[in-house]
Amino acid sequence: MPQKPRFFYWFLLPSTLTAFGLVLSLLAILQYSVRSYVPGSLEVGGPTLDNFFELLKPLYAKAFLETVQISLYTAVFTLLIGYPLAYALIRAQRAWCRSLILIIAITPLFLGEVVRTYAWIIVLGTTGFINSLLMGIGLIDRPLRLMFTQLGVVIALVHVTLPIMVLMLAAGLSHIDRNYERAAHSLGAGPVRAFLTVTLPLSMPGIIAGTLTAFAWTFSAFATPQLIGGGRVNTISTLVYQLGFSSLNFPFAASLSIAGLILTALVLWGVSRLSRSFESLGGGR
Amino acid sequence: MRSSLSTRLLNWSGKALVILILAFVVLPAIVVVITAFGSSSVAVFPPRGYSLRWFENALGYRDFQTGLRNGVIVMLWASSLAMLIGTTLGIVIHRFEFRAKRLLEGLLLSPLYIPHFMIGLGLLMLTAQISLARGFAVVVFCHVLLVLPFVLRSVYVSLHNLDPRTEQAAASLGAPPLRVVTTITLPQLLPGLAGGWLFAAILSFNEFTASLFLTTQTTQTLPVAMYNYVREYADPTLAAISSIYILFTAALMILADRLLGLGRILNLDGR
Repeated sequence: MPQKPRFFYWFLLPSTLTAFGLVLSLLAILQYSVRSYVPGSLEVGGPTLDNFFELLKPLYAKAFLETVQISLYTAVFTLLIGYPLAYALIRAQRAWCRSLILIIAITPLFLGEVVRTYAWIIVLGTTGFINSLLMGIGLIDRPLRLMFTQLGVVIALVHVTLPIMVLMLAAGLSHIDRNYERAAHSLGAGPVRAFLTVTLPLSMPGIIAGTLTAFAWTFSAFATPQLIGGGRVNTISTLVYQLGFSSLNFPFAASLSIAGLILTALVLWGVSRLSRSFESLGGGR
Repeated sequence: MRSSLSTRLLNWSGKALVILILAFVVLPAIVVVITAFGSSSVAVFPPRGYSLRWFENALGYRDFQTGLRNGVIVMLWASSLAMLIGTTLGIVIHRFEFRAKRLLEGLLLSPLYIPHFMIGLGLLMLTAQISLARGFAVVVFCHVLLVLPFVLRSVYVSLHNLDPRTEQAAASLGAPPLRVVTTITLPQLLPGLAGGWLFAAILSFNEFTASLFLTTQTTQTLPVAMYNYVREYADPTLAAISSIYILFTAALMILADRLLGLGRILNLDGR
C-alpha cells in the first residue's frame, strides 16, 4: 500500500461529511419511529413500540401487498418492453437510427415524474386519448375506467421506469463480444437459437440490474400512484405522505417507511440470491 | 431460400415491435402538446378548439416563476457540490486502499435504492430534531445525496478510460501527488465530468418526491409547484408548461448527443 499523500484526507472529507448526514437522517427516522404520537402536535411523546404493532392492521397489510404487486408487475413489463428497445439500440446499424432510439428512450428520464404522470392522466382519463380513440372508432360505447385503477398506475409506471431499464440493459448488452454470436452462427445456429443460447444468457447481469432498479424505483414512486391512483390505490409512499402531512402523525409515518425499506431490502436480497444461483447453474462463467 | 425468408420476416417483425415501443414512449408527450393548445377550460383530448391562452397562463403564474427560480438555484448548487464530492471520492476510491472504503461507497450509492420519500422524510425529521430552519441548504443537501450515485458512476467511467501511464510519467518526472491530480488527472477527466454534471443538474431540476417533503412555500421547486397546481386545477395550464418542458428537454438531449455523444456519456459505446 503506497504512503498516502496529504491530499488524500482532504479529498476524503466532503464525501465523509455527506455520508454522515445521510446516516444521521436515517437515524432520525429510526428515532421518530419509536416515539408516541401526540395528536394535533408536531412534538412527539415518550418511547413506545406501538407504531410497529399498528402496522399489522389490515389497511397497511393491504398497502404492502399492493405496493409489492405494482412493483413486480412494473418491473416485469418494463423488462419485456425495454429489452427489445435496448437490443435495437445496441445493434442499430445506422448512426442516426441509434441516436433516434437513444434520444426517444432516454428523454423521458429527464422529464420528471410529475410531467410524465400528468401526460398519462390525459392519455388514460375519461375524456382522454385512449377513450376518445376507442369510442371514435366505435369499439366501445362507454369510457373505460383506467384512471384510479391499478392497471392505470402500472401502465404509467412502466413508462416512468423504462428509460433506466433500457440504460442498464444496453450497458450490459454493449459489453458482450459479438464474436460469440458470430461463432454460434458459423456453427449453424439460426438467429433465434443464437439469441436464446448465447446473447440472452450473456445479458443476464444487465437484466438483473435493470429489474432490481426498476423494482426499487417503482417502490419509491409517489406522484404516479398518488395522482393516477387518486386515493383508490394506496402504496407505502402515498400512505407515508398522508400520515405525515394530513394527520401529522410523523412517528407512524417513520415506522411505515422503515418497514417499507426492510421490505425493499428483502426483495432485492432475494432476487440477487436467486440470480446468483441462476448464474451458477449456467456453469459459472 | 426458406431460411432467408424467415430471417427477413423476423427482421421486419422485430422492427415493427421496436417502432411500436417507441410510439408508446412518445405517445404521452404528443398528447400533452396537442392538449396544451386546446381552448376549453378542462383538459380534453382531442381539443375542441385551439388557443394559446394556457401558455400565457403558465408563463404568468407566480408559483411557476418562483418555482423555476428556486429550482435553478437548487440545481446549480446541488449539481456542483455533487461534482466536487463525487470527483474527490472517485479519485480517492480509485487510487487508494483504506478501511471503510466499501462502507463509504456503499452508503453514498444507497440513495439509488432507498425510496426518495424516505430520504425526504429523514432530512425533514433531522432538521426538526436539531431545530434547523427548512431553507435551501437542506433541499440542496437532499439533492446532492440523490444525484451523487450518478455523478460517481460517470467519474468511475472517466477514471477507467484514463491512461495511468500519463500519471506515472508526471510522477516520475518529480511532480508531487497533488500536482499530478490537478495537472494530469483532472484535465483528462473534464469531458466525462461535464456529462456527469449535466446529468446531475437535470436530475436535480426534476426531482420531485423528496422535494415535496422538504420544501416550503418559499423554497418550492418547479415540479412541486406543478404538482400543487394539478391537485387544484383541471385546466390545460399544466399541459402548456409540460409541453415547454418536453420540447426544452428534447432539444437539450439532441444538443448533448451532438456535442458530447450521449452514448459516451451513458457508457454504452462498448465493442
